[in-house]
Amino acid sequence: MNWVNAVLQGALLGGLYALFACGLSLMFGVMRIVNLAHGDFAVLAAFMAYSVITLTPLGPLGATAVVIPLFALIGYLTQRGLIQHALKVGPLSTLLVTFGLSIIIQNLLLEGYSADTRSLPAGSLVSASLQLTDDIAISYLALITFVLAIVVLAGLQQFLSRTALGRMLRATSDDREAASMVGGDPRHIYAVATAIAFSIVALAGLLFAMRSSFDPSIGPTRLLFAFEAVVIGGLGSLWGTLAGGLVLGLAQTLGAQVDPAFTLLAGHLIFLGVLAFRPQGLIAGREL
Amino acid sequence: MSLLEITGLTVHHGQLAAVVDLDLAVDDGETLAVIGANGAGKSTLLRTIAGVNRPSAGTIALGGVDITGWPAHRRVAEGVVLVPEGRRLFSSLTVEENLLTGAYRGRPGPWSVPRVMGLFGWMTERRRQRSTQLSGGEQQAVALGRALVANPRLLLLDEVSLGLAPVVVRKLYEVLPEIIAEGTTVLLVEQDVTQAMRVADRVQCLLEGRGVLAGRPADLAPEQVERAYFGLREPADGESVDGESVDGESVASEVRGSER
Repeated sequence: MNWVNAVLQGALLGGLYALFACGLSLMFGVMRIVNLAHGDFAVLAAFMAYSVITLTPLGPLGATAVVIPLFALIGYLTQRGLIQHALKVGPLSTLLVTFGLSIIIQNLLLEGYSADTRSLPAGSLVSASLQLTDDIAISYLALITFVLAIVVLAGLQQFLSRTALGRMLRATSDDREAASMVGGDPRHIYAVATAIAFSIVALAGLLFAMRSSFDPSIGPTRLLFAFEAVVIGGLGSLWGTLAGGLVLGLAQTLGAQVDPAFTLLAGHLIFLGVLAFRPQGLIAGREL
Repeated sequence: MSLLEITGLTVHHGQLAAVVDLDLAVDDGETLAVIGANGAGKSTLLRTIAGVNRPSAGTIALGGVDITGWPAHRRVAEGVVLVPEGRRLFSSLTVEENLLTGAYRGRPGPWSVPRVMGLFGWMTERRRQRSTQLSGGEQQAVALGRALVANPRLLLLDEVSLGLAPVVVRKLYEVLPEIIAEGTTVLLVEQDVTQAMRVADRVQCLLEGRGVLAGRPADLAPEQVERAYFGLREPADGESVDGESVDGESVASEVRGSER
């Protein structure tokens, strides 16, 4: 029964990884930018929500409603004001810029919030769970996270395939210059892609923070999970990212079932295995 | 009144001057063909008008408004739309989606996706196919359709015939009268001089980035066009084209032309 439980918990955890990774996948798919500050932005969102919850009467939901739109705006401005300039110089400079952002965010958080480990006071949601059998219970938070991941990925998929702006995002990803020839301003379109990626990473950051504790320096560790999910699933494919997240989540919980020390190792081994034997990822079709 | 007015236009590719001090005007509703050999600067001229390349000197005015500094996407909204060399369709988009991108910042007008699909009979049936599954001629039709959906005032056609069989080229050019009938001004670039002379009201010949000959197709003698096209010396003393230019520099621009 423990194994069934592990599979279930692993799949639910995988939903969170997929949600967290899809912002990375989107930015890479559309702009060929690897955002090394991805994990730190998730942590920044968590600290912002922490401040909103502790300093204002707004609860966790209110904090989410504040932080996510704010992150969309931060994403748009970061792209227009910073990353766009780096893109002109070359792909390597976007790596340097986002790496710099990562360090700046970590140190600002350290300065502002100290190195203490915190958790997001999310109320009863965190502890309540759904009892399936005598042995198996799943927490409402994990269930909500999983459902949100599916909804966000499906919504993003629909946005990309059905709306004019989504179509232009894909067109710009195919051929940036040709997209400008049909009237798309690449800078605006890139900034929209970043805004979407940032709002999703904020959502994932908040869910991460409700699930487990966080501190200013945990971003890069989280980023590693996102990288692994994206690579396992296949670069630039949203459903691939979901598959990658699920595989990573399952590997970690099943590894922990064997021995708790294997938790992270199992995930890394699967990641290395995919890199070695199926470098295009589980789902190779490129949607972005 | 001229819809497009180009004055003293010079465009560089690195060190090479692809277009040199060119003056060109296209009247509203007119069809102008720019002809010239490989590397004469035709594509560069069109790309500069579309705003993809930046000129190093000169001005481009559309309907009396100076648009020289405008980015490409802003020109599309004002009705300057390019059908680029090599089609440049979006490979992960379907035929229909490719056409729809034309409407993203296009102007309102007579052209819509259904009308373009009606123009090329096969398109409706195959609208869900990826553009990569189409033949060269079909891709060119989609590229033309994508530009039409934006309802251009000035349609820029870059080497529509490139790499296509003559019968396919003829079919593509068959739709041109319907486009012109909607009042669209057309500036087209062609290596196929016969094709260009047939459809154009006026012809402008480029040689190494300079305008060397201009006129109505009926007023130009074939030998005259040939001389301007290849940069041959006039037999007698006339409007002479420098004979020296068929050497090193020309070879350099030839190489540049094939690189792109």
